[in-house]
Amino acid sequence: MKYFWWILILFLGACESHEPQVLNSAAHFPESVYDLSQLNSKEIELGKKLFFDPILSRDNSISCASCHIPSMAFTHHGHDVSHGIDDLLGKRNTLPLFNLAWYKNFFWDGGVFHLNLTPIAAITNEVEMDETIPNVITKLRKDSEYPKLFKKTYGTDLIIDQEFLGALAQYLASLQSTNSKYDQVIKGKATFTEDEAKGYALFQKNCSSCHQEPTFRSEGFFNTGLPIGYYDDLGRYDVTALEEDKYKFRVPSLRNLSYTKPYMHDGRYKTLERVLQHYRNGMVDYPNLDPAFKNTKLGIDLNDKETEQILLFLNTLNDPSFIDNVQK
Amino acid sequence: MKHSKKPYKLRRMGIVKIHQISLKTTLENTSKRRKTVPIYQNILNKMKKLFFILSVTLFWSCSDNNEPTILDEQNSVLSIEFDPIAGDESLWMGRKYQTKGQDYSVTELKFFVSNIKLTNDKGEAYVLPQDSSYFLINPEKDKFAKFKVPQGNYTHLQFILGVDSLRSTSPLENRTGALSLNPENDAASMYWSWNSGYIFFKMEGESSLAPSGKYRYHIGGFGGYSSPTLNNIKTINIDLKKAGVAQVRKDLKSNIHLFLDVSKVFENVSIKENSTVMMMPFSTVIAKNFENMFTHDHTENFVK
Repeated sequence: MKYFWWILILFLGACESHEPQVLNSAAHFPESVYDLSQLNSKEIELGKKLFFDPILSRDNSISCASCHIPSMAFTHHGHDVSHGIDDLLGKRNTLPLFNLAWYKNFFWDGGVFHLNLTPIAAITNEVEMDETIPNVITKLRKDSEYPKLFKKTYGTDLIIDQEFLGALAQYLASLQSTNSKYDQVIKGKATFTEDEAKGYALFQKNCSSCHQEPTFRSEGFFNTGLPIGYYDDLGRYDVTALEEDKYKFRVPSLRNLSYTKPYMHDGRYKTLERVLQHYRNGMVDYPNLDPAFKNTKLGIDLNDKETEQILLFLNTLNDPSFIDNVQK
Repeated sequence: MKHSKKPYKLRRMGIVKIHQISLKTTLENTSKRRKTVPIYQNILNKMKKLFFILSVTLFWSCSDNNEPTILDEQNSVLSIEFDPIAGDESLWMGRKYQTKGQDYSVTELKFFVSNIKLTNDKGEAYVLPQDSSYFLINPEKDKFAKFKVPQGNYTHLQFILGVDSLRSTSPLENRTGALSLNPENDAASMYWSWNSGYIFFKMEGESSLAPSGKYRYHIGGFGGYSSPTLNNIKTINIDLKKAGVAQVRKDLKSNIHLFLDVSKVFENVSIKENSTVMMMPFSTVIAKNFENMFTHDHTENFVK
């Protein structure tokens, strides 16, 4: 018995240190798609370094963080569409990066189905980073620091694609935003104001069939009656080539909206007020417009007061602690 | 995107001050320093003094043009991005928007930006050499005015929307660059032949309220040459501190991203009553809206 505590300490010392895989604050979340028990600080640190390194682009000028800016919940502050290498413009709004471990597919059209594969899209896109994966790996192998870092993290002498993409995926999966006022309320640690509570009720009635709690998104692609935009973006159709998928886009998360403007797949609406105006009376009909919107009047029936309450509720989905943490 | 936490020391030599520095004060300062600082600092001070005398001499020997001194190291690219929006939406050409009960689309949008001046956090101002401070911005083609500036943290941006009166009345050989009528430029589409002068701001589009279905706003007027006329030259001031100071560094780029809200053009304007506004008294109403058109959304710094 005398030696019990010493043996215990030895045991603890022998264990690998794992970070809390799912943040304690996410206990009310459903089971994640990705096994978060595999998260470890070594890989996350390497992934984070790569995320901020412009070496991933053709001319070493653009990093992931150029468009995915941490203080803006990893969106491209103020830009409707992003500009990448050589100031070339894309056609879609940069999506925020948080709670990705709960996603089954990625990007506005869901064209990528594994988190590890997501960096390939930005790295090889000619208006974003315009590089190739083999070239990036060659650059990393020739770099003065990276071979040592990869060896320390993975124990191998040669940097390979699984490690490069795996480290990035670890960093991405570690970004969790689960501590907004809404989360506090769900856990019984805070209360909504009267208007926020009313907004929550309206939200559950009108919005949460698609924007499901607690991630405030869902799998699936929908046509929400947006007038055809400047880029005539066919959305999900580009991935499936199915006629019924034209102009359908994913359901984005409604968390952290105060950091991620402008809104919609092409960033066309600069304010949430304008977005709600679209849902109330700005919709355009399509053959595949989601049936939820085909009412006596196209869209969602809300009066001014109800709109205001929903906006107040949406405000409770902002998570300043996430924004603080990711800037450290 | 790097956010440097180290304070950056501005080299006094790199900025042209608007007001004259007194020669005596500088000499007094360096003589005081001579007593207490090491030898290399002493040599540096002597060099600073010499450079200052040289730059002042050169400055006095220059013509009236605001030419940079030999010490102005404009080694960093600064750009101003003019991003047009329609109220709270992206502006797409040809698309119909609504503002305060009036519908409109924009099919053409062009304007002159000139006399750009940037003030840093020490209160020192860098004025672009006038000859190269004229830009004809057609956001549909290119939203940017790009130029070189000395390093520094710029907290204030000022420019004229339009062409100043001096340049407007100068001989043709002084109308170079963006002001020239050569085929490489577009200034010819922004020029009144019948009342010599440039169109500062041109916006055209469609509206169901306009009697002809179209509205055309060609706003110019520099105040007159031989007798006073309309003066619609507007100076736009943008405080960069709130949304992001331009932290300009050597061999790196910064971009000041402005939104240009075209819906503001219609403030106090009835498209029905005033669908064509050119060189006429009502143009002053539209010109008054220029100052409110611009908002500073953010600044990008440390771009390679």
